[in-house]
Amino acid sequence: MTKGIEKLALRQISRRAAILGLAGTAGVLSMPWIARAQAETIRIGFPTPLTGPFAAEANDQVRSAQLAVKLANDKGGIAGRKVELLVRDDKLNAGEAATRTLELIEKDKVHAVVGALSSAVQLAVNEVTRARNMLYISISQSDTINEIKDFSPYTFHEALNPTMTTAVVAKHTFKKGSKVVYLVADYAYGHEMLRGFKRAAKEIGAETVGEILHPFGAADYSTFIPTILSLKPDILCICNFGRDQANSIKQAVDFGVKDMMKIVVPVLLHNQRLAVDPEVFEGVVGGANYYWGLEATVPFAKAFNDAFRAMYKGAIPTDYGAYGYTGVASLLMAIEKVGGTEPQKVIAALETLKYDVAKGEQSYRKCDHQSVQSVLVLESKAKSAMKSDADLFKIIANEPASEGVLRSCSELGFKS
Amino acid sequence: MSIVRDAEIAATPTRGGFATLFSNVNRWRVPLSVLALCILPWILPSQALAVNVLIYGLVAVGYNLLFGYTGLLSFGHAAFFGAGAYATGIAIGAFGVNWFAAMLIGLAVAAVLSVIMGVLAIRTRGIYFSMVTLALSQLVYYSALQASSWTGGENGLRGFTVSVLNFPGFSLNFLDPMIKYYAIMVIVALALWFVSRVLNSPFGAVIEAIRENETRARACGYDVERTKLLSFVLSGILCGLAGTLSAMHLSIVPLDSLHYHTSGLIVMMTLLGGAGSFFGPFVGALAFLSMEDVFSLWTSNWQLIVGVIFILFVLYLPKGIWGTLISWWKSR
Amino acid sequence: MTVQLIAMQLFSGLALGAVLIMVALGLSIIFGMLGIVNFAHGALFMVGAYAGLYVAGLTGSFWWALVLAPVLIGLFGMLIERFLIRPLYGRSPDDPLLLTFGLGYVLVEAVRILFGTDGIPFSTPAALRGVVNLGIGFFPLYRLFVIGVVCTVLLLLWIGLEKTKFGLIVRAGSADPLIMRVLGVDISKLWLVVFGIGVGITALGGVLAAPMRNVSPEMGTLVLAEAFVVTVIGGMGSLAGAVVAGLIVGVAVSMTSLFAPEMATIVMFALMALILLVRPNGLYGRAAPGL
Repeated sequence: MTKGIEKLALRQISRRAAILGLAGTAGVLSMPWIARAQAETIRIGFPTPLTGPFAAEANDQVRSAQLAVKLANDKGGIAGRKVELLVRDDKLNAGEAATRTLELIEKDKVHAVVGALSSAVQLAVNEVTRARNMLYISISQSDTINEIKDFSPYTFHEALNPTMTTAVVAKHTFKKGSKVVYLVADYAYGHEMLRGFKRAAKEIGAETVGEILHPFGAADYSTFIPTILSLKPDILCICNFGRDQANSIKQAVDFGVKDMMKIVVPVLLHNQRLAVDPEVFEGVVGGANYYWGLEATVPFAKAFNDAFRAMYKGAIPTDYGAYGYTGVASLLMAIEKVGGTEPQKVIAALETLKYDVAKGEQSYRKCDHQSVQSVLVLESKAKSAMKSDADLFKIIANEPASEGVLRSCSELGFKS
Repeated sequence: MSIVRDAEIAATPTRGGFATLFSNVNRWRVPLSVLALCILPWILPSQALAVNVLIYGLVAVGYNLLFGYTGLLSFGHAAFFGAGAYATGIAIGAFGVNWFAAMLIGLAVAAVLSVIMGVLAIRTRGIYFSMVTLALSQLVYYSALQASSWTGGENGLRGFTVSVLNFPGFSLNFLDPMIKYYAIMVIVALALWFVSRVLNSPFGAVIEAIRENETRARACGYDVERTKLLSFVLSGILCGLAGTLSAMHLSIVPLDSLHYHTSGLIVMMTLLGGAGSFFGPFVGALAFLSMEDVFSLWTSNWQLIVGVIFILFVLYLPKGIWGTLISWWKSR
Repeated sequence: MTVQLIAMQLFSGLALGAVLIMVALGLSIIFGMLGIVNFAHGALFMVGAYAGLYVAGLTGSFWWALVLAPVLIGLFGMLIERFLIRPLYGRSPDDPLLLTFGLGYVLVEAVRILFGTDGIPFSTPAALRGVVNLGIGFFPLYRLFVIGVVCTVLLLLWIGLEKTKFGLIVRAGSADPLIMRVLGVDISKLWLVVFGIGVGITALGGVLAAPMRNVSPEMGTLVLAEAFVVTVIGGMGSLAGAVVAGLIVGVAVSMTSLFAPEMATIVMFALMALILLVRPNGLYGRAAPGL
């Protein structure tokens, strides 16, 4: 009798498994043979938050990454091998991201991981790849990943970090004697941006007249605004991201803040700007890694935009999307250079790589593996000045790549 | 919530062979579970998923002690899961404690937290109990967010990867997915054995009596408040244990593990599998995580499917997968 | 720190209190009258905002959105009550809670499919833009308008519940449904209407919040937490409690914003825990139903 039940339990589970795990099991079983084949496909894992508030950015990341893969395959692959992108939904959740990355490494046997959008997810992926000597190109903005505590020799940071973004944005907005009030989201990313701005302000000679921390993910900012107004600054510097940024700017504008001071943010996002009225953002200045309007002056940007338009029915790539492209492209260039995916060799190649694929020349700094790259300063346009729905920003400055805006290697804890 | 009663099933006088069969299943429930767990990593799409099933299965089993057997709907069990995970991670990362001691620390912290939350929450009844546990766990969530120098705040806790499990005389490569699975499985099996013993003890009978009729249980002379508190704490400790395992599995602790969404997931898994039955919660965790894993490969709208399935279960199959299976079997 | 700033902060706190009351009202009504904890409250709030957006898009007018969206979503709420909640009456009070929890998931995802994952702009209506000089500082006209709407809704609810026959039946029905049934009152119709009104008011909150908080599928997540805090502090099911609690929480958050702004969210939950310690049923609450 007991045996009958056992059998039933087995049957029930195995039926589910058959439905659910077909592809997976097959993959694991067939792996040994593939792994030894000469023309093995280069598999790149790509965790990104396809669900949740940053799904639009994530989709752009995926599309740009797929473009980079397609361009590589069209010209006959990399080192004679096909390239494959394995996109996984990290759900903007670090735990989910860690699980997916484990799957990508253990089951799908990827050769490298590129991706992540949120800082927490990036650090989770980094933790998993670091312990398993797996190449990882992070395309999420964060200072933490550069610091020695979280450093992994296998990890490269392709995205901007808050230190460089804020240094450049401050250079073009702060003046000697400007009075600045900071409204800062109270979490790591917010504090990183605050630190960057204050560091730049000190150099420029701008004066900090107030620092207000707001809870991360707050919905109502009305109670912070009387204090801001009472401090009478020239510049309100809002150091938060995504929905927090949209809500805080919107509510500040409702209070008439924009008539009394300039609003500066570290990063302006294409898709988040689209989610709010143009007049709310009008005149707000912030940084970016990429903006499609760059094509007027940068030939590689034009080539990237055109390839993207051709593949996606006239759509244009956005800021986070461009990370997907530059991240995957830089990895593939390094793999091509060494003719294989052996991690140590690829690391050495990445460390000396100079790449220009979309926005001007970039290179990875040796000590912290940060990509040294240009930073854009954008100003949000008035509705009347927009020539098309995608014509959102005016490029105020395109600050060329320079190590000068980064924290030095010794500052980060590396022996130079 | 209709609930399947193991005790009742076991005690049913022989109504044909099936009742005997069920009493046998119940007697062998721990070995049977372990057997099922042994084959899990071979049939699921990935070992990482299998480990998650172990961990969330354990969470659901622990939660079931309170929800299914004692009849208290807590919406704050993420706090214990997260507390166990954070305490283990901090013990290893900041204090260099070995993995086993770190697990004990995780358990102790979860226990203390569940005593505190339990004492506060047990005073309230019905819906209020759900709300108070929710509020208190959110308080824990925001505290962890603020105490970022200890917890890593929104970035999550990192820097405590356990790559080798050291035992006296030998050690295990914890980075190997299969070894990791079976090492964690042993701990989960021990926990299941413990839960089984608890349910078979007089205490197990008392909590079910409270669920069925609190007033009568009180009239019978049982100290209802103390029993509820004990059940709350036991269930908190089991969730804490799952938390410590999760920390070691993922080598990070995400802040989200404390959020009420995680509490909601725990409730959904328990209910999906069948609250108040021994196997139900594990079946629920397995079904839920497999669905999520597979659906999210197909579509980014997996939440829609999961939500609809959950609604259908509440409406039509409130006994959950396992509970429904048992009733169906019994009615044959 | 001037007296003027503190006065202004106090005023913003009370104004925030009005927003919080608006956010919590629907949850409070449904719980107070039907004993149902509506976990889909945040999602319905969000759906209300999207409905407002849709109506405003069709008619080109915020005012139509303000009137029609709550009615539409109120009717949708009636459908939910009729087909999803009603089968659960007579079962454990936990069941509607669990069901609405799942419903929240479904609604958020459905909106993502229909309207996209990104937020959508929702402009402040032209007539309500600008700031008003209060003597102690400037305050957005729109927020003053919200306070006005909340007061009106509260007044109407009070009249409806205390001064009409319908209100009498509703109150009696929530106190003892069995007796009402014996007296020949069709309780199920009553509950259908009350649930619809509760959801309609939730949707109104969503439309009112849209010009302040932007519209996105996730806008309900925080709303649910805010509404729970206000409702639990006030005592679940008490209208007066929700009003008092809303104002207390608003002022507490505002004053915290002045002295320790990063604690502004945590203070809501700390306040809630504190009040439950002293009064387990909230400020104005009666004992839990069904026990």
